[in-house]
Order: sequence, then structure tokens, then C-alpha cells
Amino acid sequence: MSASPSHRQPLVEMKRVYKAFGGVHAVENVDATLYPGEVVAVLGHNGAGKSTLMKMLAGAYSRDAGDIHVHGQATPLSTPAEAHALGIETIHQTLALADNLDAAANLFLGREPGWSVGPFRLMDSQTMKDQARKAIQQLNPNFDKIDVPCRDLSGGQRQTVAIARALHFEARILIMDEPTAALGPEETKMVADLITRLKAKNIGIFLISHDIEDVVELADRFMVMKGGQLVGHGRIGDADKDEILGMIIMGKCPPSVTAGPGGQT
Amino acid sequence: MFKSILSARMLSLLSLLVLIAVVFHVLSGGLFLTPRNLYNLVVQTSVVAVMATGMTLVIITRNIDLSVGSALGLVGMVIALFQIELFPAEAAWNWPLSAAIGIACGALIGAWNGAWIAFGGIPSFVVTLGGLLIFRGLAFETAQGRTLAPFQETYQVFGGGLNGALGEAVSWWVLVVVLALYAAGEFFIHRRQIRIGHALPLILRALRMAMVAILAIGFVFVMNAYDRPRTDIGRGVPIPALILLVTVLVMEFIARFTTFGRYAYAIGGDVDAARLVGIPTRKTVFWIYVLMGVLAAVAAVIATARLNAGTSSTGELLELSVIAAAVIGGVSLLGGRGTVSGAVIGAVIIQSLDSGMVLVGASSSVRMIAIGVILTLAVYIDKRLSKEA
Repeated sequence: MSASPSHRQPLVEMKRVYKAFGGVHAVENVDATLYPGEVVAVLGHNGAGKSTLMKMLAGAYSRDAGDIHVHGQATPLSTPAEAHALGIETIHQTLALADNLDAAANLFLGREPGWSVGPFRLMDSQTMKDQARKAIQQLNPNFDKIDVPCRDLSGGQRQTVAIARALHFEARILIMDEPTAALGPEETKMVADLITRLKAKNIGIFLISHDIEDVVELADRFMVMKGGQLVGHGRIGDADKDEILGMIIMGKCPPSVTAGPGGQT
Repeated sequence: MFKSILSARMLSLLSLLVLIAVVFHVLSGGLFLTPRNLYNLVVQTSVVAVMATGMTLVIITRNIDLSVGSALGLVGMVIALFQIELFPAEAAWNWPLSAAIGIACGALIGAWNGAWIAFGGIPSFVVTLGGLLIFRGLAFETAQGRTLAPFQETYQVFGGGLNGALGEAVSWWVLVVVLALYAAGEFFIHRRQIRIGHALPLILRALRMAMVAILAIGFVFVMNAYDRPRTDIGRGVPIPALILLVTVLVMEFIARFTTFGRYAYAIGGDVDAARLVGIPTRKTVFWIYVLMGVLAAVAAVIATARLNAGTSSTGELLELSVIAAAVIGGVSLLGGRGTVSGAVIGAVIIQSLDSGMVLVGASSSVRMIAIGVILTLAVYIDKRLSKEA
């Protein structure tokens, strides 16, 4: 990967990662890297394997083969908790919110602060509420529905809760799976600004998107997947929008980008 | 304003309860609201309500347990076998040990259900339907269908029978302690709410505390008014009611304040989300079934002690009352919603209906029809309520 800042240690290095569901090769020997302070766009059609690849990094799926190095260390990443411990946070496409619970409960879901009482863990609901309010209001100062079940929030508000959750735990690696899918233009701009700010803090971001406009504006590099395979990857300036579209639709790589196993030149 | 002391659902449940009491009191010619009937109602309710607190967590995770009646039957037979046949009849350690074996047996039953459901990936409906048959069959095999009796006298106390109550004086003292703890709790919450800046107005809080106090005092008063035979010594609060009180407090605590309870709600709300954020969904479901098994065993202690015999048919069809209690109490079969105390009130409603119909001389077939209709109506109303919410 000659165009990358190779003098620095990558945050994430995925090598020949493989995952099958039954007989379907969802992700076939895909390589990917992510450096501090950069945004790598992961592009492809529905079912191209983008989300599956990212879910393996998030610890939500276990991989069948391949290595993942995080901060230079090989890691199994078999549970979301392991990913959290390595500073990997994910904004899932589905948002992963329990709709019957309120924003504060969702923000800390699975990581509640509290005290051990015998075999149980007593939740510190006060701290949760205070910190959730702070975290969410950093993104949206008008948000005051901390104790309303998430099902009663608007699409944008729900997205805000999901984003606040990822940021609250000080991610060093952030996976954003279609983060603007449920958002209006104003909130979309908020997310764009946010990504710029996070980059400045040296956080590495994998951005899954199908909106090429978004990607060209925000990302530093891109990778295209098709049928579970890597079509190719390169810097944003290496290919124009039409060429990227050609990669997504036909798997056709222009000479200016590095072709992967799934790309035709 | 009233909503802040009592939720709309709770209010409608309590109104329904009052309605049932008044209607049956009139229809039975004044037999329903008597100390004798209410005492027995409390004891009967305890068996169902103890299990309903566990069923609440089970249903909240969008599962079901059809085997609790059979589990109760099997545990009852195991306790009877040890206490009456295997252990020396006069030994002081007999009843505590045999009861402990029964509780452990309940935990094992729960672990059996939970393991197949959580780790085997089999729908809970199927696993516990199988359990319903397996445990009932085992209950029969335990003593080849014989009825085992009698239990040790100390053990019979758990059934709320002749010696199974606290007596007048102790009942009042227990009431004083419970109310003092309750007041301290309200005070603690009030101070905390003031710190975050949105406290319930003092007058409303006082009103709520007064309501609870009046209900509690009234309860002890009625229980004390039921005299021991041929005396004017009141029985007092039955031991099963005390067991139920402790169970409800523990289960409310687990459901509302621990991560375990929170994960149950999250699993019922959206199991995929729960998995994605790293909640140990399988482990949580497994332990909920173990807890359910333990509670079925506690109910078995009350039921067998009350009957003073172990029979393999004890608890038949009880799973339906338990599930109905939870559902009537507002626990949604779609998962993710409901409270322990709601389920307990549901149990009181079911048992009141049943006992009321017995008092007016309804046959068991008519009682079955009525409970079935009420259950269907409850789910329908619940569905409407949650759509509007």
C-alpha cells in the first residue's frame, strides 16, 4: 500500500479475513488497513460483505479464517467486549438500540457503571443519566429526552444516541455503518463535521456508505467490495466518481487503483 | 398529577381488584370480604405470585415457561421423599435439609430448561412443553404415584396452616419494621431526587406513603381478625405472605436495579441489539430459567406444606395461572415490558376471581371458562394499551 503513511503503525490491519454463512462466502480473504486520523470508506452494494467485514472487527461476528491486528497486536476479537477493550466502537446500521429502554440505558447498555452485590451488579443510574445527558448534548444541545424509551424518539434522535454511545467510550477506532441513513440534511452535516473533528483527534474511522458524494468529501482512502471480495482500494484522488461506480457495479478497476482479488483490470 | 404516584396500568388493575372483591362479596352474601376468606386467599395467592415474579423475567426476555406447574410437583415430591421416607422423622435437621434439596432440585430443573433454550437454541415453548411432561412424569416416578404424608410439624408452618402465621403481636412488629424501612427508602429516594432537581412534590409523596401505610395496616388488621379455631386469638400474617413479600422485594430489586434485570429487558426489546452491544444474552437467559426453577421450588414448599402431603399431581395446570397472572399484570408476551409487582397484582386478581367463584358455588368448569375469558380479554386490553402508549 504505497500511498499510505507506512512510517506509522496502523491502528487496524486485517489480513485475508474470511467468513462464510452456510455455503455463502460472505467475506472472502479480504485485506484492510486503517491508520490514525484517517477515514477509510468501505463501499459496495447490499450484500457485498461490507457490514460482515466490519462486524468481525466489532467483535459481533467471529471470523472463520484470517488475522486481525489492532494496535500491532494480533487479537481474536470474538466478542463485542473485546473490541470495546481495544478502543473499537461501532455505530451499527441498525443502531443497535433496545427500543423499550431509554437513551441513558442504551448509552451504557452492556457497560453499566455500578457496584457488585453478590452475584449481581447494581447499576449507578444517577451517573448513567448525568453522563448520558452530557454525551448526547455535546452532539445535540436541544436533546432532553434522556428518560424516554427510544421507540418514542425520532430517527435523527435515535441516531444521535447511537453516535453518542460510540463517542462516550473514547473510541480510537470507529466503525460507522451508514451513519447518515436516517438523517436529514442538517443532521448529515453535523455528522460530517463530527468526522472531521474526530480525524483531528487522530481517531481512525471506517465509514460504510453507499453515498459516493459523502465518501468523496469525507474519506481519505476507499475500498470497494463485491460478492464478498475486495475489488480494489486506493486514495480518494486516485479515481473519479464514475470509476468508483464502475468498481462497485462491475468490479472493474481503473489502472490508478490497487486491484484486489475480486477486481478486473 | 395522580399519574406520578400510580401508573395508569396499576390504577386500572387495582380498580379491577376492588370491583371483583365488591361484586363477589355481594353475590356470595357477604362471604368474600371476611378475614377467613382473605387469609386463605393470601395463602393461595402466594404460591402463584412467587412463581409469577420469575415468570415476569422469563416473559420479558420474550420466552415462556410452561413447565412451572410440573416443576412444582416434582420438587414437592422430592422434598416429601426425603423428609418423609428417607430422613429420620424426628431429626431436627430433616426439614431444612430436605427443603434445601428441593430448592437445589428446582435450580437443576431451571438449568435443564435454560440450557436447552439458551445454548441449544430450541424455542422455549418446545423445551418447557417437554419439561411439563418430563417433570410431571418424574414426580410420579419419585414415589410410584403414592401420596406421601405427613410432613414435619415445623415444615407445615410454611403452608400458613394452623401454626403457619406470625401471631397478632409479631405481625404488628413486623409491620412496624417494614413500614419504617419503606419510609426510610422513600426518604432516601426523595433526597436523591432533590439533588438532581426533579423531586416528586412532598405532598404527593406523603399521599403515596399514607396509601401504602393504610393498606399495610389494614392487611395486618384483617389477618389478625382471623381467629384460631375455638379461641379469640388472632392468627396474624401467614408465613407464605412473608415469603412472598421477601420474594417480591428481591425480584423487584433484580429487575429494576441490577444489570441482570436490565439485560432481560434489553433482550426482550431487541435481541440483536443486545448481542451487538456485547450483552451475554445466552448466559442471561440461562440464569433467568435457573431463577425461575428456584422460585418454583419455593412455591413447592408453600404448596406441599399447606397440603401437608406430597402428591404427584400437585401444581397441575398451575403454569396457566402463573402465566395469566403475569399477562394480566401487564407483562407483554412480545417481550421487553412488564413489572414484577404488576405480575403479583395479576396473581391476586386471578386468585380472587377463582376464590370468589368458589364462594358463589360456581362449578370448576364455569371457573375455567371465566379465567380463560379474562385471560383473553387481558391480552386484548394489553395490546390496545401498548398501541396507544
